[in-house]
Amino acid sequence: MKNITENLRQDLSQKFPDNKFNCEFVLGDNVLHVSPDQVVPVLRHFKETGSFDFLMHVAGADYPEREKRFDVCYELFSSRSFQRLRLKTQLAEGESVPTATTVWRGADWFERECYDMFGIQFAGHPNLRRILCHHQFKGHALRKDYPADLQQHCTEALPIHFDNDPNYVPDPNKDLVPLNIGPSHPATHGTLRIMAELDGEKIHRAGVEIGYLHRCFEKMAETHPYNQVIPYTDRLNYCSAPMNNVGYCKAVERALGVEIPPKAQAIRIILCELSRIIDHIICVGANALDLGAMTSFFHLFTYREKVYTLFERLCGARLTVAMTRVGGMAQDPPEGWFDEVLQFCKEMRQGVDDLERLLTNNKIWIQRTRGVGAISAEEAIEWGYTGPCLRSTGVSLDLRKADPYYGYETLDFDVPVGTSGDVYDRYLVRVEEMRQSIRILEQVAKNVPGGDYTIRDKGIVLPEKRDVYGNIEGLMNHFMLVIKGLRPEPGELYDATEAANGELGFYLVSDGSGKPYRLKVRPPCFAIYQSFPQQVTGGLVADVIAILGSMNLIAGELDR
Amino acid sequence: MSEASVKQQPSPAEPKGSDRQLVEETRSFAFTTRIDKIVAWGRKNSLWPMPYGTACCGIEMMSVMMPRYDLARFGAEVVRFSPRQADLLIVAGTITEKMAPIIIRIYQQMLEPKYVLSMGACASSGGFYRAYHVLQGVDKVVPVDVYIPGCPPTPEAVLDGVMTIQKMIEDNVPRPWRDNWEPGVYR
Repeated sequence: MKNITENLRQDLSQKFPDNKFNCEFVLGDNVLHVSPDQVVPVLRHFKETGSFDFLMHVAGADYPEREKRFDVCYELFSSRSFQRLRLKTQLAEGESVPTATTVWRGADWFERECYDMFGIQFAGHPNLRRILCHHQFKGHALRKDYPADLQQHCTEALPIHFDNDPNYVPDPNKDLVPLNIGPSHPATHGTLRIMAELDGEKIHRAGVEIGYLHRCFEKMAETHPYNQVIPYTDRLNYCSAPMNNVGYCKAVERALGVEIPPKAQAIRIILCELSRIIDHIICVGANALDLGAMTSFFHLFTYREKVYTLFERLCGARLTVAMTRVGGMAQDPPEGWFDEVLQFCKEMRQGVDDLERLLTNNKIWIQRTRGVGAISAEEAIEWGYTGPCLRSTGVSLDLRKADPYYGYETLDFDVPVGTSGDVYDRYLVRVEEMRQSIRILEQVAKNVPGGDYTIRDKGIVLPEKRDVYGNIEGLMNHFMLVIKGLRPEPGELYDATEAANGELGFYLVSDGSGKPYRLKVRPPCFAIYQSFPQQVTGGLVADVIAILGSMNLIAGELDR
Repeated sequence: MSEASVKQQPSPAEPKGSDRQLVEETRSFAFTTRIDKIVAWGRKNSLWPMPYGTACCGIEMMSVMMPRYDLARFGAEVVRFSPRQADLLIVAGTITEKMAPIIIRIYQQMLEPKYVLSMGACASSGGFYRAYHVLQGVDKVVPVDVYIPGCPPTPEAVLDGVMTIQKMIEDNVPRPWRDNWEPGVYR
């Protein structure tokens, strides 16, 4: 990331001559400090001038010892210059900041989450209700004074309810039927709840309730040493667990200022691309399954099992692998593993062709998906779409190209884009991405660099077991690292990788101790799912299922 | 029908004459057993699971249903998403406080006789989520018959859990946890 603070300062001093802005470049991130009343004008300025077009997330943080205890961070991204900017403001208890939903609609759920977790007030937000915790929950869980293990029971489920919409005018002449779908419903994959009002077969209005799988990832991260957080990240997007490991470790490694060796980078790319393939298998397969096409799901699951076998050979676990460590990998792959990956690539090519034969020209599939859930590129950006769902609208944004890491820039692969952003295009983009992932895998697995699989920094990586048991130096090193943990310098950063479903970002605050002070995840499907009520309104009930499946919602990262 | 599940009962006195002929003829196409045995045999081999997959375990449960592990071999392939048609609740994944009232209702909607399989560490005890919004085991709100360890359990372990339930049904194991259960009471 480049230092753009000088440009920003000039730009802002022209627009807001009366204000002074504190702009700094720390740990590779551009940070702009503003007062709460300046947040919305500055955000609007950035959006209107086009310097930043994405609002990636809104994160809160709590510093109880400070006079103004809350931080609110707005993470901006430009799809033109690929620059990032973090806008920060401080709030005291009881103060409020104007809502950013008037600038970016995608701020909606992120602000609700801040309210739920910290009690931060966003003035003018139309639906400032709890979003992740249940409605009977008292207090705000991510405040530092809330104990991590204090449970509060929920005795009843919420009745059907809808968001406040100032533009909604009830029509007394219509005979509307309320309909509740989920959270226990085969098409909602376990934990999503959709509430709708039907006008015949048409959705008159819709609402969603999430949080049924809110397992307090962020609080758990604050109470565990850096390396012990890795298994928790596995369970964010459990359909492609290694990608979350990589994203998290990449953020911590940046905080520590270390670079992992080439071999570890290659293994991480292989893990990521294998995960991308199996994630798309679940998404496309389940999407088709929900619409009645069972064969593709059953057939593709065979290939998923093959990847499980590869993971099992690597570390013993099938699904939640926790293979990365801060500083590299946990261990070397076994003999011949890379050849097995190449063998899998060959088989998977066949599998993708089979999938295309089953679905791409299938009349029923086309009729159920083409034109359904279409969204324009502008709207998608407005909501904060990333990943295949964004690319299907025609925006070619892939962090592997835009902000390459681990040597993606040296690899030869294409970024597929769609045109209409409907369910069918999302499907096509995912299928093509599977092909491109196979291409990447073949390039990397053929030329794996030699050398070590991890860095050997004594303050970060545990020594080899033979050293721990074999000599006193190794034993002491092991002992000290386990007791103290690895300790990044105090500071904060935002780091993102291209996960299967879009931009997976980690906002990490370190206070110099052995545990993260704050770890906020920017889950791709959280931003995508908040547009769901608007996408289904006016459509048929049956299309709800098609659209839901195409968004690839993984409750683990949606609710965290 | 396996011989283990249905044992021939010793006949009392040997009948004579035409009676004897009738009994022998009957034995060629019928056998005797106890009613609870034959009912248990039927139940155990036609479990209809209601998959309550909420998280990672739900994905592993898919593997159990899929071709490689194939739960159909145990007579449990009719996956029912309606609790009213199912008799085996497989709780696969973390149950949060927000989800608790819903799983109680799902359990109540199932018809007797019904069984609960708690799959994985989260459903069994909250797992490594000792956290403010996670129910510390689904057995706090519904009676669990079999717990499967693992995070997530391997498909083999899930098959083992299903077989354990089958054994419980076959042996008519008393289930006090089920008999003393009350809805809405946190244990």
